[in-house]
Amino acid sequence: MQPTLFPQHPQQWTVSKLTFYIRRLLEENEVLQDVWVQGEISNLSRPASGHVYFTLKDSSAALRCVMWKTSAARLGIPLQDGKAVEVHGKIGVYEVSGQYQLYVDQIRPVGEGALYQEFMRLKAMLEAEGLFAPERKRLIPAFPKKIGIVTSGTGAALRDMLNTLRRRLPLVEVILAPSPVQGMEAPPALVKALQSLILQSPDVILLARGGGSIEDLWAFNDERLVRAVAMSAVPVICGVGHETDFTLCDFAADLRAPTPTAAAELATQITMIDLRATVSNIQSRLVTATLNSIVEQKSFLSSLVSQLRYASPDRRIQSELQRVDELSRRAHSSLYHHIQLQSAHSQGLARRLEALNPNAVLMRGYAVVTRKDDGSVVSRVVQASEEMRVRVSDGEFEVRKIENRNS
Amino acid sequence: MPRPSSKKTEKAVEELTYEEALAELEEIVSALESEQNQLEESIKLFERGQALAARCSALLEAAELKVKQVAGDELIPFVDVSE
Repeated sequence: MQPTLFPQHPQQWTVSKLTFYIRRLLEENEVLQDVWVQGEISNLSRPASGHVYFTLKDSSAALRCVMWKTSAARLGIPLQDGKAVEVHGKIGVYEVSGQYQLYVDQIRPVGEGALYQEFMRLKAMLEAEGLFAPERKRLIPAFPKKIGIVTSGTGAALRDMLNTLRRRLPLVEVILAPSPVQGMEAPPALVKALQSLILQSPDVILLARGGGSIEDLWAFNDERLVRAVAMSAVPVICGVGHETDFTLCDFAADLRAPTPTAAAELATQITMIDLRATVSNIQSRLVTATLNSIVEQKSFLSSLVSQLRYASPDRRIQSELQRVDELSRRAHSSLYHHIQLQSAHSQGLARRLEALNPNAVLMRGYAVVTRKDDGSVVSRVVQASEEMRVRVSDGEFEVRKIENRNS
Repeated sequence: MPRPSSKKTEKAVEELTYEEALAELEEIVSALESEQNQLEESIKLFERGQALAARCSALLEAAELKVKQVAGDELIPFVDVSE
């Protein structure tokens, strides 16, 4: 036997237990946790907490509704008593007051449900034909020269896009094909505008419209326009409505932008900042390259000058002069040396001569004795005669021998 | 990359579009960076390059968004009625 979620039922309940049981019953019912309900708003209350309370009613019943602040913040439409709406949410029970209520997460105007179904049908059909295939998407040129815009001639979308383009890339040329963007006349007018732009051969086309309800944006789900976008010879960026709005043109376009401003940004990947930086960089390179070129020239010239100097006769002359100096210095020095030697030599000789001078001997007291008869020198006793001459340093005198004495 | 020859008729810098000026500037810088140039040639290229860079900057700063509108087969100037 399968375990039951519910405990054995007591014979007598408490209010809490019974209410809790009811709550569990309703909240575990899958159908009740995902419902779309159509009705009219009444008793609308929006206290300071930010939560929204109202009663949804029709002719025979009423349903209490509460929408928390976070879901209410995402509301795309204004709420007021008496408004017919379709509301999505889940059923819950507020035990404190014994109330079942619908916790609402989406609200849309009545009739949107039908539109949404048509949207899904068309989407499936066109997707099956391959109109939305990723392979068909083309790249948006990074630096467009000409941008086409299909949008309302008045309205914030155009103004925002022009301001964005003006700021990012004023070099670009913009061609506008104004067109009504909602109502029965919109789809064929938009197709015509798109085609007239393609004839001008822009680099990219922006298809744009400001925010609105699904009915307001419905023209961009029109089969004729979607096909024209898919078949466009020029890449198309589609920027319709707000971030969360998706139209079939978004799927058929080469690129989807969340808003018209974003479409203009996506069309100008390269901006003035990039262009200025490009010019600045290339100018730096110009200066650097020129300087390097000049430095190279200079160093080449310098090396030539060096070589020239090296080969110059001037250098040879200097070299020779130096050699002459060197030789002359050596010659001098050697001559001097020679003279010194000679001088020393002759001084030496002079001294020796001086030493040999007989006069010097005589000065010391020695005498030269000679025989008177023949003038021969008497150096031995036997040679002495009766009469002799004695020569002393400053003259001579005669002497008579007295007697021989041997030493 | 062929050296920009002085034989080629050079347009006056003031007549060049942003793309033309930028392209020629690129050529000049490439020539200066990659080849052996005579000193005089280098200086001449540099002067032309500076003029081209000034032209690019001037075009960028002076750029004003040109907006036209299709009217049948023709283009007419766009008049911003919202201003």
